[in-house]
Amino acid sequence: MLISRCLFRLEQAELNGFHNKTEILAVLSDFAPIASLFALSVLVGVMILFMSRMLGPFRPTARKLVPYESGMRPYGDAIRRIPVKFYRVAVLFILFDIEVIFFLPWAVVFRDLRLYGLAVMGFFFLVLTVGFVYEWMVGGLEWD
Amino acid sequence: MFTVPSLSDLNLAATLPATLLALGASVLLVLDLFVPKGRKALTAWLALAVLGVSLIVALLSLGDVVDLGTGEGAFFGLYIADSFTDAVSVIVLVTAMLGVAVAYNYLERTGMQRGEYYVLLLFSALGAMLMGAAGDLVTVFVALELLSIPLYILSGFRWRDEGSEESALKYFILGAFASGFLVYGIALIYGATGTTAFGGIWAATRDLLAADAATKYVLLLGAGMVLAGLGFKVAAVPFHMWTPDVYQGAPTSVVAYMSVAAKVGGFAALVRVLAWGLPDFVLSGQSAAAWQSTVWLIAALTMILGNVVAVAQNNLKRLLAYSSIAHAGYILIAVAAMGTAGVANEAARAVVIYLMAYAFTNVGAFAVIVAVERDDGGHTDIDNVRGLAKEQPVLAASMAVFMLSLAGVPLTAGFVGKWFVFKAGLAADLVPVTVIGVLTSAISAYYYLRVIWFMYFEEGEGKAQIAWPLAWGISVAAIGTLILGFFPYLLSDMARGIALAFGG
Repeated sequence: MLISRCLFRLEQAELNGFHNKTEILAVLSDFAPIASLFALSVLVGVMILFMSRMLGPFRPTARKLVPYESGMRPYGDAIRRIPVKFYRVAVLFILFDIEVIFFLPWAVVFRDLRLYGLAVMGFFFLVLTVGFVYEWMVGGLEWD
Repeated sequence: MFTVPSLSDLNLAATLPATLLALGASVLLVLDLFVPKGRKALTAWLALAVLGVSLIVALLSLGDVVDLGTGEGAFFGLYIADSFTDAVSVIVLVTAMLGVAVAYNYLERTGMQRGEYYVLLLFSALGAMLMGAAGDLVTVFVALELLSIPLYILSGFRWRDEGSEESALKYFILGAFASGFLVYGIALIYGATGTTAFGGIWAATRDLLAADAATKYVLLLGAGMVLAGLGFKVAAVPFHMWTPDVYQGAPTSVVAYMSVAAKVGGFAALVRVLAWGLPDFVLSGQSAAAWQSTVWLIAALTMILGNVVAVAQNNLKRLLAYSSIAHAGYILIAVAAMGTAGVANEAARAVVIYLMAYAFTNVGAFAVIVAVERDDGGHTDIDNVRGLAKEQPVLAASMAVFMLSLAGVPLTAGFVGKWFVFKAGLAADLVPVTVIGVLTSAISAYYYLRVIWFMYFEEGEGKAQIAWPLAWGISVAAIGTLILGFFPYLLSDMARGIALAFGG
């Protein structure tokens, strides 16, 4: 995606008659923030792993080497049957999560969008409500 | 500076058939909760009413000659309301109405009756309609998901039955994979052209080719991936693997609807993408669009594999699954023909005509299997229709009509569809693939006629269970197949106004 976008910008640059290196580099520099963020996050991740090993004390015991599972003693492997209810809660969570993600930027520019924004958001809210009412009425929110 | 649009800019009136269907389906979802368990006939009737209203609205604007540019856009070009949209809507809505009629008794006697069935069917019909109305790759993707996700659920509607669950899971996993291809293709096209709107892609493609920029290969890769994603939906070789298993495992009433609706949606989007989005995509030294040779190769493979493998099938649902693969191949001839300048509109019309003919015929053929099938989902082998003509003469006669139409015998709708498709293929100078089409249809006659032979000339106790909505569905499909065969101008009139391609 990023690469094809770069290519697109390069073509644009060529179409506009930029042919020397500095112009093309100037186009590519649009992506410098993303590239540096990528490099930085890799660097920080690697650094944390290595520095804690090198600078901190390292006295392993069998208990410490066990995978961390919220403090519980781990049992079995990860491949086992899980009640489908958890999945349902997860889907419901995504539903409302998306709702919040949409509502927040809308609320910020609410005044500028005027009636149009209200109507479009109202429709979005209506669609979500239909799904929610359905889930509620068929008993999707009851745990037992 | 961004200006806030007004509500009238959305041009909701142009999207009326789709909007009505969306509202109707949403209301029905909530309304169905208040319908008591034994009275789901009410939900089925309401679903039919919603589809009927939407169909009437779509029919009212059908046949208006709308040239490119005068076609109304809605939602800022995401939705296009032109003749193609209306024609696709009509096909989808007819299919969905037949689908409801076919399903009701079947669900009742197999104990699968739930209101959600009809609601999901309405939503997937909406998805198929929107694929025909797409003016933007984003619409294509959203509509594809709206079409597919209800179909995944419907395939698993006979839950606790392993075949149905397997079918749903297979369809879901492979479908999600194909969607991934489509999205990646869309991303590449966006990367190459800087837009997802078809009009913008068209303009950018011209610029790219004029400048002979290397980005055109990114565009080509993107177009190929979109082709793969949509090829999965229409069951074209080599993306056909899911079809027989899913068709065999899913409840037959679902397959009756799905086999047509998914195909209509997939081809509608394919026509939109290729005709609108990438028409002048002619690489230097070539006379036709860059994607044409790929499409006709897929068409040839699809026809050969579908028809040859169908010969060996003894289960009727698998037989019709391979037959549906083969029919995707015939339609792909017309899609390939769209790559030749000057033939594009004729070929797009051929696609629509074929799909309309196919809708009546294929839903009807599966409806007959619904009648023959036992309550436990078994009894769908070709042996089970032995002697059906003695027990159920009308049913057997309808099945004979559907089989002849699928084989493309004159005076049936299937013949008209094939005639237009092959004509488009020849007009585009795609002679080899058209010849393959004709030869493989000759092969197909063998396995279609074999079904008729079993019904009429073999001894046995072919039994069927028919009740009135199913009987209506089969009758409408059979009469429709015959009427369209006797009066082909009905089909060509429906497609008359379609003018999609910029090149003409």
